[in-house]
Amino acid sequence: MMKGSQQQWPLLVPPPRTPGKEELPIDIDSSIPVSSMSKPYSDSQIEMSGDFVRNPSSHSIQSKSSSTHSIKGVSFREGHDLNPVSYGSRGASLGSNPVRYGSRGASSGGFTSSYKEINDEDARLVYVNDPGRTNQQRFKFAGNSIRTSKYSILTFLPRNLFEQFHRIAYIYFLVIAILNQLPQLAVFGREASILPLAMVLFVTAVKDAYEDYRRHRSDRIENNRLASVLVNGEYEDKKWKDICVGEVIKVSGNQTLPCDMVLLSTSDATGVAYVQTTNLDGESNLKTRYAKQETQMRTPVVGNIGGLLIKCEKPNRNIYGFQANMEIDGKRISLGPSNIILRGCELKNTDWVVGVAVYAGKETKAMLNNAGAPSKRSRLEKRMNKEIIILSIFLVALCTVVSICHGAWLRRHREELYLMQFYRKYDYSEPEVKKYEYYGWGMEIFFVFLMSVIVFQVMIPISLYISVELVRIGQAYFMIRDDRMFDKSTNSRFQCRALNINEDLGQIKYVFSDKTGTLTENKMEFQCASVGGVDYDNGKDISTEDWQTGYSVQVDGMVLRPKMTVKLDQDLLNLSKMEHTNEGKHVYDFLVALAACNTIVPLTVETSDPAIKLIEYQGESPDEQALAYAAASYGFMLVERSSGHIVIDIQGKRQRFNVLGLHEFDSDRKRMSVIVGCPDQTVKVFVKGADTTMFKVIDKSLNLNMVNATESHLHSYSSKGLRTLVIGMRELSTSEFEQWQSSYESASTALMGRAKLLRKVANNVENNLKLLGASGIEDKLQQGVPEAIESLRTAGIKVWVLTGDKQETAISIGYSSKLLTSKMTQIVINNNSKDSCRKNLDDALQLYKKLSNVSHSNDGGHGAGTNQLALIIDGTSLVYILETELEEKLFELASKCTAVLCCRVAPLQKAGIVALIKNRTDDMTLAIGDGANDVSMIQKADVGIGISGQEGRQAVMASDFSMVIYTSLPTIVVGILDKDLGRGTLLQYPQLYGAGQRGESYNGKLFWVTILDTMWQSVAAFFIPLAAYWDSTVGVSALGDLWILAVVILVNIHLAMDVIRWYTITHIAIWGSILATFICVMIIDALPFLPGYWAFFMIAKTKLFWVCLLGIVVAGMVPRFVVKVFVQHCKPNDIHIAREAEKFGNLRETNAETEMNPISDLPRSTATATT
Amino acid sequence: MSSDDGSSKKVSRKPRYSRFTQQELPACKPILTPALVIGILMCLGIIFIPIGLLALSASENVVEVVDRYDDVCIPSTDQKVGFIKDPATNKTCIRSFTIPKKMRKPVYVYYQLDNFYQNHRRYVKSRSDRQLWNPKAESSTTPCDPEGQTSDGKPIVPCGLIAWSLFNDTYMLSKNDAALQINKKDIAWRSDRTHKFGSNIYPKNFQNGTLIGGAKLDESIPLSQQEDLMVWMRTSALPTFRKLYGKIETDLEANEKITVTIQNNYNTYSFNGRKKLVISTATWIGGKNDFIGKMYMAVGGTSIVLGVIFSLLYVFKPRPLGDPSYLSWNKSPTLD
Repeated sequence: MMKGSQQQWPLLVPPPRTPGKEELPIDIDSSIPVSSMSKPYSDSQIEMSGDFVRNPSSHSIQSKSSSTHSIKGVSFREGHDLNPVSYGSRGASLGSNPVRYGSRGASSGGFTSSYKEINDEDARLVYVNDPGRTNQQRFKFAGNSIRTSKYSILTFLPRNLFEQFHRIAYIYFLVIAILNQLPQLAVFGREASILPLAMVLFVTAVKDAYEDYRRHRSDRIENNRLASVLVNGEYEDKKWKDICVGEVIKVSGNQTLPCDMVLLSTSDATGVAYVQTTNLDGESNLKTRYAKQETQMRTPVVGNIGGLLIKCEKPNRNIYGFQANMEIDGKRISLGPSNIILRGCELKNTDWVVGVAVYAGKETKAMLNNAGAPSKRSRLEKRMNKEIIILSIFLVALCTVVSICHGAWLRRHREELYLMQFYRKYDYSEPEVKKYEYYGWGMEIFFVFLMSVIVFQVMIPISLYISVELVRIGQAYFMIRDDRMFDKSTNSRFQCRALNINEDLGQIKYVFSDKTGTLTENKMEFQCASVGGVDYDNGKDISTEDWQTGYSVQVDGMVLRPKMTVKLDQDLLNLSKMEHTNEGKHVYDFLVALAACNTIVPLTVETSDPAIKLIEYQGESPDEQALAYAAASYGFMLVERSSGHIVIDIQGKRQRFNVLGLHEFDSDRKRMSVIVGCPDQTVKVFVKGADTTMFKVIDKSLNLNMVNATESHLHSYSSKGLRTLVIGMRELSTSEFEQWQSSYESASTALMGRAKLLRKVANNVENNLKLLGASGIEDKLQQGVPEAIESLRTAGIKVWVLTGDKQETAISIGYSSKLLTSKMTQIVINNNSKDSCRKNLDDALQLYKKLSNVSHSNDGGHGAGTNQLALIIDGTSLVYILETELEEKLFELASKCTAVLCCRVAPLQKAGIVALIKNRTDDMTLAIGDGANDVSMIQKADVGIGISGQEGRQAVMASDFSMVIYTSLPTIVVGILDKDLGRGTLLQYPQLYGAGQRGESYNGKLFWVTILDTMWQSVAAFFIPLAAYWDSTVGVSALGDLWILAVVILVNIHLAMDVIRWYTITHIAIWGSILATFICVMIIDALPFLPGYWAFFMIAKTKLFWVCLLGIVVAGMVPRFVVKVFVQHCKPNDIHIAREAEKFGNLRETNAETEMNPISDLPRSTATATT
Repeated sequence: MSSDDGSSKKVSRKPRYSRFTQQELPACKPILTPALVIGILMCLGIIFIPIGLLALSASENVVEVVDRYDDVCIPSTDQKVGFIKDPATNKTCIRSFTIPKKMRKPVYVYYQLDNFYQNHRRYVKSRSDRQLWNPKAESSTTPCDPEGQTSDGKPIVPCGLIAWSLFNDTYMLSKNDAALQINKKDIAWRSDRTHKFGSNIYPKNFQNGTLIGGAKLDESIPLSQQEDLMVWMRTSALPTFRKLYGKIETDLEANEKITVTIQNNYNTYSFNGRKKLVISTATWIGGKNDFIGKMYMAVGGTSIVLGVIFSLLYVFKPRPLGDPSYLSWNKSPTLD
């Protein structure tokens, strides 16, 4: 190990695109990686960095202040993540969701062993401000010009064609067209057979070319943007594309970063810079990045910077990870993800930053991540593929039969072939008589086989893929344009990112939902507090008038006011102003703890009134924000955080607190603490954390009654669905402080096992705490959530809520969101070992059997509703269950439960749970979530809602073989426009959704019934004219016209029988396409150079033709009609009934009489509906 | 937070309301009510049965005489093919039959071929439609192989297997020993005469090869007047077909004796084809064919029967439309 640690960042967080369930249990560690030590103990620059792996930000505070103690300057680097994955921001108050990392187990201690030197082989060396030397290495670094366009003029044709032919349909068409080119096989005209394919390819190519042109243009604009680059000591404007690795770049506020660069210095004295990463990961909150103190101080604004060498890892796509070290004056300091700012980010709230480019152009993380989303295939498509295989087998069989028959015919007539007028085996026109297009038995049979492939290829509905794709485009259009899918508050429309899974939305059986931000508005609201054993939960919303005059402070003639206010409890408010009473003292400490024990950065925001400024708390954890706002509302306003100290305005007096140390939240301790030097010259440690671990470190002997009272308050808070935190404090004596300080410093400078050492230090200081109180924070439900969950459940969809919250909170949210009802029997699995998990699962299955027996015998008919089960399982248990043989049992149990609540689960466990269902059933799953921690789950599920891939699969605008268009156009129109039921009916009866889940409209049985039906129709269409025109003078073209028209009419009427809503457009499409076919037949038969000239007009003059046509249509359709009517009468499905009811309006009247029981999950034989 | 301020200034992206985009267009939602179902089925019956009856009676009214002659107009030797191929043999054959019922003019004379695949893939393609119309396209004989060019490379007009195999039996009719005129004018479609076969195209090098397929053409008559060729080149759809030979413009009375003098030239013996002479009247249904009538009767009858069955079903096992008690979740699970 070298001096100055370089650790290997384990790339534990997979790139968003490759979620792997094998990565469970997740091993996100609050590693303490980076530290550079200068001179310990004197004028110390202590840095501690607690960055999570996915945690790119932290902020550092430097202090030059002196305190009563011998610390002159302590600089902190406290990591906290921006990312919902880790503690704090998502979900959970500190400590309330540690199980996210709970699976880490004992491995965390061994983390330090992965500290290692970046291998020279794998490293890239960047000589700061020496691009020449930087780029003179073995490998050339990419320049900063980017290219998102796919093609150049030269490569366009081959590449575009290559890409287009990735579509199976095109290959199929190509093969058919090639077969048609063989002279022996030319069934259709050679040119004619290539034309449709060429058309489709051409149209797609033009579309691709246009899109690529736009990309070229945006690339050009991007590449020609200007950045100011340090050249010979002066900053000069340089085009982005000319920036090289190693150059020093200055970026001003609100500018976009041109490349990935390591921060050298910022306008802030402490080296803080704020960036917005919306372009990268979609998150809009500000993230803090730091320049290292060493470089911050020695980097002049103008002038040469040199002698710095950065050694960093090779470009990779992990936007949350970066590891490097920097050599400065012979010292090595480590750089982490909080020191790099990435291309595409925007600099905010910072005047300027200076950085050195380390990755440029296509090697930047943003560009490396610029790839498509994994494509999902809908169930319809999967099934279509299966059925197409069946049809292909059928096709091959048919062609085989045809060629065998041909062989038999050839054999029977082998003596006659040479004289047969219509065959002519020999060519007699040449002097030497040769065989004419006759290649012997075997070849003839083979050719006939290929020819019948060409003739019968229409059997394989490859064009269906294109039709389906067009239908999806249409559906997506309507989804996007739906004004009920518009969110006013964010001014955003529905977005359809993956076109190919639209239809799966109707077949969802399982919904996996994230809680925070999805079910709840990720806005925490401080509700109540228990201070000193007294419950203060009579908070009143301050009226607008009060709000106007609400708590505010005067600073430099400005009025500062917290941006958000909380409900204030009058008693607590009064007490907070009485510092000198005993109770008041307690409240004082409590509120100071709320204001100080966090990582919140206060920012001031201008308002319309120049005299009033709002103070806004920027932080990664909404819980901390809520607490800080609460403290502010009670008059303890955190107004300033700078290096090493915070300023809290306490009841109008600005007080300075020196932040001497901060112990990160971690999953073992489930708490965090700050060591604060108070204005009264005392040193205090404030701790906040989850009740489970907090009560272990609280000195109960101090005031047992108070502890008990607080515990009961906590219980009542969490049963109300509030998120709870316990707050404690201890005053440190000078000796204790010095002891802590020395061990803290040695721990944070340790090269090996720093995380473990720091945890030990924290555990030593966080004990014998005095209980201050507890807080209750409400995680507000989104509007309409209970109704939505209720509807989902009645629709027979199983809702699983996966949350990082603790069990009690999760259950109470479950009740308030109506996921859980009092009717349900709850099964709670909450274990610490595999054996107990197994026992619990077995017991639960027994219970289920018993319950279902009881309910069956008790109330036979209506039993379905009474034996509902709800499963509540926590992350720790899941660690023992997922990926083991117990999975099977869990699945068995979970599939019987109506609601499942998984609490304290880690992000990758979420994906594991989705996989649990997906791998075992064909049922469709849908995952919905809002944060990065849901990405793996969303990608795992069949349908993901929320953050989805970068760009949806591009729409394919392709037409089809011209023949098919007469029948496919109406299908497309109906596919896009038709609705089975109105919005109102569907909302009233969510159970109607069951039809989709059961696949009533498309299943294997229906496929074969339809095949039979269409067989009958083809028999009618073929044999009726055959028999009617036997022994007659009818010609090939005339009969061909009759057949074509018969088929088109049959197909359209067939479709028309399934149409539920006849719009004008539907009429136009269906009848219009029949009409269009007639017109086309007429046009073709009016061309004198075709053999069929005038045939249609001749045959259409005869009555027999029309009688035949009518006969075909009616005879072909009567069986279908009869079966349809019969099924609708005798075995109506829900949709039939609802449609009738919708039309005749008697659903509402009988509504009251019929009890709407939740849908039963008993297997129901699928009706042979012909819809 | 700052982005909020920015976006509030932006224009609302709320989709503009229109009945189309919100899928609220007025729509007709037909439901198959019992009355509608019974109505449709009964209507079908009412329409189809009369049409079927009409078709049957029309077919019944057709008077048709069919006489197969290929098997009798040849010496009963084993050398049928040799006989027919030999240009020197006398192929005249006399057949006679009586008219069963009065035949009103026009009476059509057809020849019928069985087992002749005029729709064979190799056969239908073997023609050049350009050549038939355009004098300049005389040499476009590519699709016509192996009857495109003579052995010395001259284009054949009309080329191709279809023209080459032109039917060449001839019929002379006499009624009660008096010759009966067969009108061979206007037997082809007018569209063929005026547009498809050129009036300035004359047969060339036709039937000059070693293998003679069928009739020869008079090289002095333009194609637009070669009506037998036009009829023949309307290739038939089915392997059993009739082609119009000519029309008799007089009525034929019942029991009149018709004698036909046949020149039995056309070789169907090499592939077991059959040749028939057909004399028939025509109605709107075409020739004598009961199929359409029977099919219509069957479909109409079935519709009426089904209509009755459904009526009974609706009476004895009624189901109120839109009754929520039929919804799956309201049904008792014992049904499952």
